[in-house]
Amino acid sequence: MSARPALRWRTATVRGVTAESARTRTLMLDVPDWHGHRAGQHVDIRLTAEGGYQAQRSYSIASAPEHDALELTVELVDDGEVSPYLVDELRSGDQFELRGPIGGHFSWSVEDRGPLLLLAGGSGIVPLMSMLRHRAARAADVPARVLVSVRGPEERIYGAELDALEPRAGLRVEWTYTRSTPPGWGGWARRVDAEMLAQLGPGPDANPLAFVCGPTSFVEHVANLLVDGGHDPEAIHAERFGPTGG
Amino acid sequence: MRPISRGFQRRREPDADAGRLPPGQYLTRDFPVLTAGPTPHTPTEDWSLEVGGAVDAPRSWTWDEFSALPMETFTVDIHCVTKWTKLDTTWTGVSLDLLLDGIETSGEHVTAWSDGGYTTNVPLEDVSDGKAWVVHQFGGEPLEPEHGGPARLLVPHLYFWKSAKWVRGLTLTDDDEPGFWESVGYHNYGDPWREQRYWGD
Repeated sequence: MSARPALRWRTATVRGVTAESARTRTLMLDVPDWHGHRAGQHVDIRLTAEGGYQAQRSYSIASAPEHDALELTVELVDDGEVSPYLVDELRSGDQFELRGPIGGHFSWSVEDRGPLLLLAGGSGIVPLMSMLRHRAARAADVPARVLVSVRGPEERIYGAELDALEPRAGLRVEWTYTRSTPPGWGGWARRVDAEMLAQLGPGPDANPLAFVCGPTSFVEHVANLLVDGGHDPEAIHAERFGPTGG
Repeated sequence: MRPISRGFQRRREPDADAGRLPPGQYLTRDFPVLTAGPTPHTPTEDWSLEVGGAVDAPRSWTWDEFSALPMETFTVDIHCVTKWTKLDTTWTGVSLDLLLDGIETSGEHVTAWSDGGYTTNVPLEDVSDGKAWVVHQFGGEPLEPEHGGPARLLVPHLYFWKSAKWVRGLTLTDDDEPGFWESVGYHNYGDPWREQRYWGD
């Protein structure tokens, strides 16, 4: 029987905020006594207003376990209550409560097997980015294929960092644009389909560990493609972002 | 001392239904999907529901046999550990009181298991006396695969991960055996009104 440590609320202090896109911010946080995480895990945060009103939400961790600050990347949800505050209001020195890390299934470390097949819809790249940053921080050469599906260039986040990571042995990052493409784009410009996954690889023969993250419709579609394509369902890890009013 | 989030304020009007919202939850009107893996698509001709484990005689039902059992239609609120609560959801299915009626068992715990390998544990008393069902319809329509169809467990008084999607069996056990999420940090019991999200809550 393993120990079952309680998840205590801690006070996070904002060290800095970075714009990743018009609708997306990365929050760099100092969290005292943070015991680390596995790439892919998430945290709960709790905001308290003057007067005591509170709201809680869950956000994926974007930073690698090796990083010094804990980073969350938050996308604005129209009509949301928490994400507009985090995206538009929050600044250095602000504080809120945080607890975690949470979730062990959708997580990976270089000690786990490969190859990796990472498939993201929009901001679903966030927990996968933690895995890629972890892989880079440990100078691992586990083969990894990454496909990010975005509606248009304005939805692209971490683009420059992914481009910079890519020459490292064994990593290939591809993008597909489902509505509008960057000028001069010669790559994929459609929804993820079986042909795209076959070209991306690794195929079912290599038995990759697949991590699929994004909106429900994206994850359902892509996970079904993988199963229909012969991938082992038990090797497919899914995390769905519901349109839940965050 | 809780830190105040400078500039944060309630954006939504306090809801008339606020009293039906467990602590830390917010209302949603859509129906988010949360699952750890791909959605299984088991044809009903290959489906069965089994009751086994520490029982005198295991039972099972084919889809046709299950569909012929007396059904209840009921409306409940559901609460997901990821913070959303959905009010007034209407389901149709078979009460576990009926599925377990008259069974001889030494077990005080139930593990529900599903296509795809998912498991979750609940005390037997929490699925007895009108508190749990195996449902195959949502809002009068067949339950969609992404929401757990052809049939899922429904235990609405506990966090929704206890309501196992794609349920195929109920195993009665003498010992309490933590299931899929319960083994990786989620609360063993999961009462939303006591905010039992994670170990130690």
